[in-house]
Amino acid sequence: MESDNLTKLDDKKYEWMQKKRNQKSSLLKNCVMAFLFGGGFCVIAQGYKHFITSGIGVKFLGELDEAAVSAHVALFMVFLGALLTALNVYDDIGKHAGAGSVVPITGFANSVVSPAMEFRSEGHILGVGAQMFVVAGPVIVYGTFASVIVGLIYYLVSRG
Amino acid sequence: MWPTLWLLRIEVFYFMDILMDYICAFVTGGVLCVIAQILIDKTKLTPARILVLYVVSGVVLTAVGLYEHVVKFGGTGATVPLTGFGYSLCKGVFKAVDEYGFRGIFTGGLENVATGIVMAIVFALIASFVTKPKSKSR
Repeated sequence: MESDNLTKLDDKKYEWMQKKRNQKSSLLKNCVMAFLFGGGFCVIAQGYKHFITSGIGVKFLGELDEAAVSAHVALFMVFLGALLTALNVYDDIGKHAGAGSVVPITGFANSVVSPAMEFRSEGHILGVGAQMFVVAGPVIVYGTFASVIVGLIYYLVSRG
Repeated sequence: MWPTLWLLRIEVFYFMDILMDYICAFVTGGVLCVIAQILIDKTKLTPARILVLYVVSGVVLTAVGLYEHVVKFGGTGATVPLTGFGYSLCKGVFKAVDEYGFRGIFTGGLENVATGIVMAIVFALIASFVTKPKSKSR
């Protein structure tokens, strides 16, 4: 019986099982890496937020309200993502981090800066200027559209 | 002696509070990224689609009032991922409608996220001038 089972488990099936097992483990590994890197970027942002709301940071920027703090944090994170992209570090991070490097706003900065650097050879107008928004464009378009719809509903509700 | 100890205790509590902020940010940001990773691996969604999906769902969740709680819990862990981009779009619209009425529907969203977008554009232009053009084969 046993030998029968073994022969049934031919090369093709074994390969398939191996593939499936690899897929499973790589999903887990990807998720762990995404968690660590994504969380890491948020911790950096939290550190910057801490810095500008306490101690030395207040001396430079003054007391900020909540909206101003989040704007400053976004500014810093975009700057960080753009800088890492310009130094060619971000792509290496992205190879390991997967979604952990795409979803934070540093990934948005990367999606603007990376094509701008890459398409320089195609000119400044249709190369750099147009390709810059190849990913960021849809994000802004649909985000803005959604916000207008929400705003319209809010306007009607608050008036009516 | 006792006052000193009392002060030390306050210091420790303060430190724990800050540490808690960091841990909450780490966990919230991490979970949002894991959801995106599962979507990328399990469905055939490209990262660009994930980004659009995240921003739009950020707007919708904020409008419904759910994302406010996530932000309260996670701090930057909720505002730094792209759902936070949608969060600040939506908050901006609400604030502008309260302030300017009808005109606010159109100005509020982008106004609130303009800092990040403009920073990205300026830096991208400068980077494209300064860095050496990469070889065309990716």
